[in-house]
Amino acid sequence: MTGVSYRWSVASRVAAAVFGGYGLTSAATVLLSLILPLSKANAVATASMLSFALYTLVIIWAFSARSATRAWVWIVGTTAMLGALCYVIERGAT
Amino acid sequence: MKESFRQCMAWLHTWTGLIAGWVMFFVFVTGTAGYFQVEIGRWMRPEVPMRVAQVFADKGPLVEVALNRLEQVAPLAASWSITLPHYSIVSRDWQGLSIRWEEMPPAHSKRGASGSEQLDPITGAVITPARPRATAGGFGLYLMHYQLRYLHTDVAIRIVGVCAMLMLLAIVTGVITHKKIFKEFFTLRFGKGARSWLDAHTVIAVLGLPFFLVITYTGLSSSFLDLMPAAVNVSYGAGEPGRQAFLDEYLPRDMHRLAIARPTLPLVPLIQQAELEWGGGRVRMLSIEHLEEERPQVILHRVQGGNVDHDDAPHMRFDASTGERLASSPPDHLTRKTERVLMALHEGRFADTWTRWLYFVSGVLGCGLIGTGLVLWIVKRRRQHLATSNARVWESVGLRLVERLNVGTIAGLPLAIAAYFWANRLLSVELANRASREFDALFAVWLLAFCYAFLRPLHRAWIELLWAVCVAFALLPVINALTTSRHLAGSLAQGDWVMAGVDITLWALALAFGLIALKVQRRLTPGKAAASGSRVSADVERNGA
Repeated sequence: MTGVSYRWSVASRVAAAVFGGYGLTSAATVLLSLILPLSKANAVATASMLSFALYTLVIIWAFSARSATRAWVWIVGTTAMLGALCYVIERGAT
Repeated sequence: MKESFRQCMAWLHTWTGLIAGWVMFFVFVTGTAGYFQVEIGRWMRPEVPMRVAQVFADKGPLVEVALNRLEQVAPLAASWSITLPHYSIVSRDWQGLSIRWEEMPPAHSKRGASGSEQLDPITGAVITPARPRATAGGFGLYLMHYQLRYLHTDVAIRIVGVCAMLMLLAIVTGVITHKKIFKEFFTLRFGKGARSWLDAHTVIAVLGLPFFLVITYTGLSSSFLDLMPAAVNVSYGAGEPGRQAFLDEYLPRDMHRLAIARPTLPLVPLIQQAELEWGGGRVRMLSIEHLEEERPQVILHRVQGGNVDHDDAPHMRFDASTGERLASSPPDHLTRKTERVLMALHEGRFADTWTRWLYFVSGVLGCGLIGTGLVLWIVKRRRQHLATSNARVWESVGLRLVERLNVGTIAGLPLAIAAYFWANRLLSVELANRASREFDALFAVWLLAFCYAFLRPLHRAWIELLWAVCVAFALLPVINALTTSRHLAGSLAQGDWVMAGVDITLWALALAFGLIALKVQRRLTPGKAAASGSRVSADVERNGA
């Protein structure tokens, strides 16, 4: 890779890991808070306290992906899937 | 991007470490000082005399004077409590007899006005508290480790949160990078330039790994409302209303309370009953309250300590009119208990003296971990930079910037902390906004240290600032002796280990910085370094300008 495209791919990957990763972690945390067999407040607190471990794993995963584009595709895809699951569960619950 | 997973993790380790390094150094230094916030606070308020043990076998007269005063000062109250003389592990001090009350809340309000007083245990007279100099003390240092200073708390917590997240990443990727980390632990090579820095970094990392992981993670998880509010937002709504709705449901709710009256029952037999179970002098507090749909109650609380979850000390409930023992309130949910334990592990409030020192030493190791990491970044890059003659201009500007910021942070911040202690002793006691001025002194000196680091030749800046830190700490016990009556010899004679301990620790810090300064001076002085060809880092680190 040339210098410029290398730098772009690093910047893209950093953005995927930091912002995409935060979105993915948020979606996963919400999903976990909805499915944990605890009272609502306790499920929310448990899921939120675990979220930082998840965020760490997501960032490491984004950096070990074969390319920045792949990292983006996987992160956006997974976030959308988790978001859809959250939506379905929320709809089902009410 | 990078060839292998481990190389990629090494890259991540390097850059997360660098970006978070300076802020986390500040967080670790102030947080580590925070483990001794009570002790530093007492040193910084020399007007408050040392408290002495008060032991009363007969609690009857104490309870009597306390109830008399409560009836007089808060006749229409939602709760009364009486703290009996005891030694508290949380405030690390002897507590005298004191009372606290909460008036009936006004309509549409959950809490009423509250107040407290210290009482003379014999006469029952209200003790006017000592009026020490205005200072934020050690608590101020502790607060800065997550609230920083001159910034809105919401902003500061997010800055520290982002840096703590980078630190967590740096820790995890560091372990992945050095998969032979425990083996390398036994190969400490001194005087070998970059290798030595790496070895020092590795040794510290291995020694303190559980502490670093726990401290960083618990720091993050305890701020989840600010840092990861997604689940709260979805389940309870966005913003402050959602947050409040969550907390109302999550934390034990206050039931509606009725006005209380002085119990007709003698309370001493209840105390005796509790002491039979907990041991003599182990009743910390009695409180009297009347929850709606229940009978008026007297609740006895044991002194804290003996478990990590120190807030969860045992209690006993009695009917305030018949003296009948009632069931204890149900234990908190496991989630809440877990959260409290995580917080307790972070803050170390449960710790006895030796555990507290272990916390302090671990915190110092954390500062060392970050410091060696920051220096290592420079040492490695300088060598590469010198090897390639056609390096770009901005790369060399970046290197210069990082090495100056390193000096200003690693040597400058300790100097600024020393300045905070100096300001405490030297600023006029009558000065307006005195507590804020102490912080201003800290940051003014830090700013000067940064200027110094940028203006002096690099190796001179390192050596001179480190010596300045040494001298600044060494003089503090002297200044204490000159400006107050609480000098070291007096403290030792009086058996005041808190005042003496802070003085001695300041000298120990001076000694440590003196040794570091001496070591750095030997390595960075041009004549001596040139004599040894193997000292790559010495040549490398020496001022490139």
